[in-house]
Amino acid sequence: MANGELWTALRRRTQARIGLGRAGSALPTRHRLELQAAHAAARDAVHSPFDPDAVAGRLPGMPTVRVRSAAPDRLTYLQRPDLGRRLHPTDRAHLPVGDWDVVFVVADGLSSRAVHEHAARMVRSTADRLGETWRVAPVVLAEQARVALGDDVAAAMGAKAVVVLVGERPGMSAADSLGAYLTYAPNPGVTTDADRNCLSNIRPPLGLDYETAAAKLAGLMERARELGGTGVRLKDETDPDGVVEPLL
Amino acid sequence: MSPYTSTLGGERHRFDSLARLLAAASPERSGDRLAGLAARSAQERVAARWALAEVPLTDFLTQPLIPYEDDDVTRLILDTHDAAAFAPVAALTVGELREWLLSEAADAVTLAALAPGLTPEMVAAVSKLMGNADLVAVARKVRVVTAFRSTIGLPGRLATRLQPNHPTDDPAGVAAALLDGLLLGSGDAVIGINPATDSPKAVRDLLELLDGVIERYAIPTQSCVLCHVTTSVDLMERGAPVDLVFQSIAGTQAANASFGVTLGLLDEAHEAARGLGRGTVGNDVMYFETGQGSALSADAHHGVDQQTVEARAYAVARRYDPLLVNTVVGFIGPEYLYDGRQILRAALEDHFCGKLLGLPMGLDICYTNHADADDDDIATMLTMLGVAGASFVICTPGGDDIMLNYQSASYHDALYLREVLGLRPAPEFEAWLGSIGLLDERGGIREVSGTTHPLTAIGRELAA
Repeated sequence: MANGELWTALRRRTQARIGLGRAGSALPTRHRLELQAAHAAARDAVHSPFDPDAVAGRLPGMPTVRVRSAAPDRLTYLQRPDLGRRLHPTDRAHLPVGDWDVVFVVADGLSSRAVHEHAARMVRSTADRLGETWRVAPVVLAEQARVALGDDVAAAMGAKAVVVLVGERPGMSAADSLGAYLTYAPNPGVTTDADRNCLSNIRPPLGLDYETAAAKLAGLMERARELGGTGVRLKDETDPDGVVEPLL
Repeated sequence: MSPYTSTLGGERHRFDSLARLLAAASPERSGDRLAGLAARSAQERVAARWALAEVPLTDFLTQPLIPYEDDDVTRLILDTHDAAAFAPVAALTVGELREWLLSEAADAVTLAALAPGLTPEMVAAVSKLMGNADLVAVARKVRVVTAFRSTIGLPGRLATRLQPNHPTDDPAGVAAALLDGLLLGSGDAVIGINPATDSPKAVRDLLELLDGVIERYAIPTQSCVLCHVTTSVDLMERGAPVDLVFQSIAGTQAANASFGVTLGLLDEAHEAARGLGRGTVGNDVMYFETGQGSALSADAHHGVDQQTVEARAYAVARRYDPLLVNTVVGFIGPEYLYDGRQILRAALEDHFCGKLLGLPMGLDICYTNHADADDDDIATMLTMLGVAGASFVICTPGGDDIMLNYQSASYHDALYLREVLGLRPAPEFEAWLGSIGLLDERGGIREVSGTTHPLTAIGRELAA
């Protein structure tokens, strides 16, 4: 087996960048540029502006409302997670109050690309699976938002549960990964990451596909309503994929 | 507690406590701003440094930043302080300590003898008065030598951690990345895997895989699967081949509690690992990771700035004579260290503070993709830390960790650093590289063919 053939065979066992060869001590030009391309995709995902109109356009028949977090711009957002978790004071009044069972919050997080590509399909697939008894609030499209912003939104609207669909921290091999965080009875400033359930890596075709993710999420929502809560207790009754993941 | 004051630009600046003073004197970083501890202006920052320069070192022994009663790390620092070792600098202020450290009087032997007399707060304080070049110049003089199956930290040497992570811990994927690293001359500090799960079964499988390769090819190095200390204790009791016990640690009791560790647990694990006697040239059995921001992230910083809290983690580490300690410098994200400039500064501070306190400091020179940094920042940091005499660096395939989704140094980067600075691997590992035909006539790593080299058997079996 020649050198190249060996590495070709081994690369089928891992996505790690192995067997790259050398130019002196350094990487060959092609591999150096490939790494830079992957890094550029990840960077662009972090800094690409969120386009709520595009997401709203993919939610025909579903009312939407737009909010910002208290973080005024991307640079502040990246350094001040506390601001990304709170509603902008003037935007709170835009939120319709009602007797909602659940509100879907589409949050740009760290990858608006993930949100543009996957969030609307996830909202529709999940909402389609919920029974008649779920009163679904208008979908909230949130800019410069972290997961915990959903707590503030749900409290402002009077929703019993919140599902935050958020762009995950981009890795070099995945810049468009979407996370879904379910919180029942959220309480801003009191609810912690341990009170949530998470599905991560929603990213067809390489990651979780919409139908599987929506089925898991809708199932979790039904059980959360029975239990009156989310987090560790709920995890214990779900399959191993329904795990609590570290939050951004 | 007496306030600290200074006058700058006609304005009187006042800092109500030593903790406030240290925080205000810290170079700009996003984590201190997030915690509400950063200086309010550039002038206030410099005013704090003027005041800090006048503080007698003995103040750090009489005014603990976190109360003795509340925190076992404070108790550890004060109870183990070596007054005799401290004597040569006992009369100095922080500003005078900076000048003494930079002077010829502070040579390698003197600094090694001083280490038990210094506290984390003293070294953090003096680091705030030092420029990046100062941090390099002093750290370079300090040598901390440790050993297990290889010897780490000798002058003119740079070791590497080979990190063959895989998102599902697939043994074939791990072995393929392991082969890649070995053929690039990496792995003398440790072959260390971050497993995807902390399940004892998964950890044990990986330990046995690594142990098998190390034994089969008689590689003078050690393995580590980076799991929680309680998992290691459990596995040692069941006879798993544990070389090094790993744990993430931090600088306060509450932050350590958030990691699920206590000094008592670490004592127990340390004793158990030493009892196994698996080392050949030494028996330093602990491997610790740290990083600025972890105490703030756990809401356990007690109003102390993130660099000073980080230095306090080194007091925990040195209790156990570790083989390896590394700061995972850019891992937590831009809310703690915003960009390449802040990450570089933190790397130099951590390395300096750890070395002065007597630790074998290495680094995971890294960033996440939402920080403002790129591969040029890795090169800059690597070069400065190489000059500063880092004991080891962490290396990943192509600098891209597919399990943890962050960017680190690559095996190629380590080759570069050894080449430009004339650094060599750990002596036992270097001899092994020679014996297996991987050294060229100049002592560099030879490029080998997949058809002939015996190590590629690791991969050929997988690829078949």
